[in-house]
Amino acid sequence: MRKVMMVATAGIAAVVLGTAGTAYAGKELDAIKARGQLLCGVGTGTAGFHLANTQGKWVGLNVDVCRAVSAAIFGDADKVKYVPLTSQQRFTALQSGEVDMLSNNTTWTLTRDTALGFDFTGVTYYDGQGFMVPKKLGVKNAKELNGATVCVAPGTTTELNLADYFRANKMTFKPVVIEKVDEIRSAFFSGRCDVYTTDASSLAATRAANVPAPLTIEDFVILPEIISKEPLGPVVRHGDSQFADIVRWALFAMVEAEEYGITSKNVDEMLKSDNPTIKRILGTTPGMGKALGVADNWVYQIIKQVGNYGESFDRNVGPGSPLKIERGQNALWTKGGLQYAPPIR
Amino acid sequence: MTDSLPTGERRQLAPPLVERGALGWMRRNLFSSWVNGIITVVLVVFVGSILSSFLEWAVFTANITAETGSECHGQGACWALIIEKYRLIFFGTFPYEQQWRPLVASITLLAMLVLTSDRRMWNWRLLVIWTVGSFITFLMMFGQIHLPISLFLAIALLVGGIGMSLRKAIADTGEMNAYRFLAAIGLIGLALRIAGVLPAWSLDIEPLSYVETGLWGGIPVTLILASYGLVFAFPYGILLALGRRSDLPLIRALCVGFIELIRGVPLISLLIMASVMLPLFLPSGVTFDKFLRAQVAIILFAGAYIAEVIRGGLQSLPKGQYEAAEALGFNYVQKTALIILPQALRVVIPPLINTFLGFFKDTSLVLIIGIFDFLNTANQALVDPNWAGFPAEIYMFAALIYFIFCYSVSRYSKHLEVELNRGTRR
Repeated sequence: MRKVMMVATAGIAAVVLGTAGTAYAGKELDAIKARGQLLCGVGTGTAGFHLANTQGKWVGLNVDVCRAVSAAIFGDADKVKYVPLTSQQRFTALQSGEVDMLSNNTTWTLTRDTALGFDFTGVTYYDGQGFMVPKKLGVKNAKELNGATVCVAPGTTTELNLADYFRANKMTFKPVVIEKVDEIRSAFFSGRCDVYTTDASSLAATRAANVPAPLTIEDFVILPEIISKEPLGPVVRHGDSQFADIVRWALFAMVEAEEYGITSKNVDEMLKSDNPTIKRILGTTPGMGKALGVADNWVYQIIKQVGNYGESFDRNVGPGSPLKIERGQNALWTKGGLQYAPPIR
Repeated sequence: MTDSLPTGERRQLAPPLVERGALGWMRRNLFSSWVNGIITVVLVVFVGSILSSFLEWAVFTANITAETGSECHGQGACWALIIEKYRLIFFGTFPYEQQWRPLVASITLLAMLVLTSDRRMWNWRLLVIWTVGSFITFLMMFGQIHLPISLFLAIALLVGGIGMSLRKAIADTGEMNAYRFLAAIGLIGLALRIAGVLPAWSLDIEPLSYVETGLWGGIPVTLILASYGLVFAFPYGILLALGRRSDLPLIRALCVGFIELIRGVPLISLLIMASVMLPLFLPSGVTFDKFLRAQVAIILFAGAYIAEVIRGGLQSLPKGQYEAAEALGFNYVQKTALIILPQALRVVIPPLINTFLGFFKDTSLVLIIGIFDFLNTANQALVDPNWAGFPAEIYMFAALIYFIFCYSVSRYSKHLEVELNRGTRR
């Protein structure tokens, strides 16, 4: 018996030694280049942001950020390995090096940026908690919700924000706490609660796609109040500022390109532009890529293969998608929104 | 009087119409008293109305031609969603053009399971079936297989070691020498390999493009996690069960401790441990494949449960069996492998199948660590904004597939029970 045990242990040890892979230590960017692949942590499925489509391909606004970083580093947007992570796993996966970056609707907060050892490199999507009510209630703003029954998911900051908001405004509410999103939705649409609260993007998505048959989108309103700040953006770990810079500027380049009217359709003509800013952005005047440590045509590759921020927004969550989310806070700063990229020069 | 029939030729009259055939059966079983009659009518109406509204939804008003989800709204079941998404649900994010590969792998796995269920295969053929089947399955899934030299050496060591202890005093000298030779080659080779003397040679088979485990999804993932989880957990569970009954206090304490520890925590916490905590304990830069980690967690968990089931079988054997084996001069390994286990395992087949079924369904918990098993790929089909709002269709489809698997296994276990107990049935 003991002999068998020993033999078995030796065998298992040998197999384990054979299969344990050794990841690269040291500079992230070198490791990524040596690997020939960007390991991008995404979520396990949120409409418009990251999901596997019918062909099993990852698509969404967050996925486009991964693709942009890959285009900047490799000149090819498809050299990405997507690692689907749940919200419990995501931070450990980034800390332990299982992924190079996260682009999965992580809210930028002080503690995550510092104590966890991460750097947020920008904001892909400005989100915030809102309220949706049936139009027949006649409610115009959130201050009129005193005594309302509110559908909310448990154990999230959403639930805490809700309680804070009502307490601060000296109002009361009756929570209906439901774990599964589908069940919350059906509870709300069947009239079990007056109000549904979650991130505004998700409210819009729910309203666009889940309203049951006799009712229509017109029967529900999203109240103007946004009661929390949820800036969602890509995250990298401390240790390689150059890689962090590339992630940061890949997103900025998408925003900057939208501002200067460079799209995936016209980017080839734009190469002939005389505008010095556009020449710098697209690398016809060299220097920018070199400063960042990538090829000089990095922005060209991003825009050609992924598109600018506006195109990506439109395609994945905006009017070009079933979600039909307004640009709102995510409009360019020139159009009254918050999306603002520092100049590429 | 000629009316009366002659004695001995009295005609046998058929029972009245209401007591024979279907009518009679209904009267006996459904309308035997007026209370039962009322209950029957109420239940028939109740079941009928549920069934008819279900059929109305699932069949008569169902939509199987819609191009997008918005065309489906306001009608019955949107089976068009399943038609659109079935490849995503079955094979997940596996590269679309190559999805014949997981199909072949799934069929191979199923064929392996079906062959394994045939009792005529329960001998050396099992080893062949699983070796060939596993090879095909993983060749299809990975596309390329690298067999390192240390694997061959470990197999040699295992075969030699097991042969030496199992066939001791039974086999002739030549056979024993062959086992000794194998074990020696394995042991020396492994030592040299670990010391770095032997080069890192491996047998490379690369007919297809490489697809990493992160892209696997759907049915093959569920089947691999469940079947390999149980295939490895089974011998491991046997060892644990034997260890728990061992006379050596250290081994006994280790096995009891392990079993109680694993049974004391839910599978989810073990999976999260494997996927979240383990990477933090490992030295920086060393990572294990996420799929492998989940597989190991499932094996450990299943092993503990199977161990307890098998222990029940071991305890049901009369002491005389142990003593008889010892009287014949069998050593511990021979006694256990040739006398005790064959009897003990037969006793525990029903609870064992029950455990197997439980684990087949429990594998869906891996969605908590972001592995795309069958249920999780079904969830993926739900989040597509073009097709949002049809959870009932998707979950009903997923439930149907799970039911097909589980029901066939449970029918099989019933059949097996009858067959194995033929000798003891009265």
